Amino acid sequence: MGREVAESCVDSVVIEMVSAYCSRLYSTHPEIAARRIEAIGFQVGHQLSERYTMERPRFSDHLEAIKFICKDFWSELFKKQVDNLKTNHRGTFVLQDNRFRWLTRVSYDPTPANSDVSPASDPSQVVDKAAQATSMHLYFPCGIIRGALTNLGIPCAVSADISNLPACSFVVRIKV
Amino acid sequence: MAPVAPRTGDAVFANVERVNAELFTLTYGAIVRQLLTDLEEVEEVNKQLDQMGYNIGIRLIDEFLAKSNVTRCVDFKETAEVIAKVGFKMFLGVTASVTNWDADGTSCSLVLEDNPLVDFVELPDTCQGLYYCNILSGVIRGALEMVSMKTEVTWIRDMLRGDDAYELRVKLLKQVPEEYPYKDDE
Repeated sequence: MGREVAESCVDSVVIEMVSAYCSRLYSTHPEIAARRIEAIGFQVGHQLSERYTMERPRFSDHLEAIKFICKDFWSELFKKQVDNLKTNHRGTFVLQDNRFRWLTRVSYDPTPANSDVSPASDPSQVVDKAAQATSMHLYFPCGIIRGALTNLGIPCAVSADISNLPACSFVVRIKV
Repeated sequence: MAPVAPRTGDAVFANVERVNAELFTLTYGAIVRQLLTDLEEVEEVNKQLDQMGYNIGIRLIDEFLAKSNVTRCVDFKETAEVIAKVGFKMFLGVTASVTNWDADGTSCSLVLEDNPLVDFVELPDTCQGLYYCNILSGVIRGALEMVSMKTEVTWIRDMLRGDDAYELRVKLLKQVPEEYPYKDDE
């Protein structure tokens, strides 16, 4: 094992990066903030997959590369493998992590317990806000996966589904 | 409850959750890179990194106090030693040395010879004026402010600018007396 740092270093820097982009740099343009956060993830994924595949033979097909992401790559980042991999055999893969490390401390309470939320405010808006904040945190890992696969020669689009926190599914659509 | 003995930096680091440093180093590098693209002005990037560090520091102090069991420092000299030997070690896995105290004991240098933030980093000529590690100074300033010390933290030496080590100057501006808004029985 090479050099290590406390996990809270990574957590802090990622959380603060998301907050800098969403609340300070592009507070009125969430779509631009999202693209920038994804771009940072892309860069990280691109470089990490380059390093982690240095001593491996080339992957023979898409499935081999995706399996590498699910096993080795995920273990390096999150100390566990992806729990479930599904595919429609037509270029779409769903990687499900039942306890995605970066979301384990995200609270997602639809009932506004906070007393300064006025009773008149629409509860669905509160949920929307929480969902929007959570989704901002997902652009980074989506970018990492897209960057890693792109580096392995597989251009794709990646999105995330968090309908059952802390489980998280990443949907990879390979571009043909 | 009996007071728990303070732990050494090594002991605390051995007990925290750790991740491989590449993820941290490359993530930080990618953030700096994107900020340079988006903000264009190097000075603005320095400011943004400092602000990010400050925001991190004001939260990280809680984790630090909870996990290190350090007790109240008797003076600023002890504070500096604790940052260098326990604080740096616990989060970054490296220690700093404390040197160059001024006569009245209110400013000193923290010297880092090994710094995981800069593995793989080289700065192009277009980044002159960038304090790549500016997040660190922000973290220290933010963390100390939460324990009632207003400080000014500046870079003196930077290996990415050709110096032989990283040197942070930490100057204690004032100690804010703690105010207790509560009565004992509340």
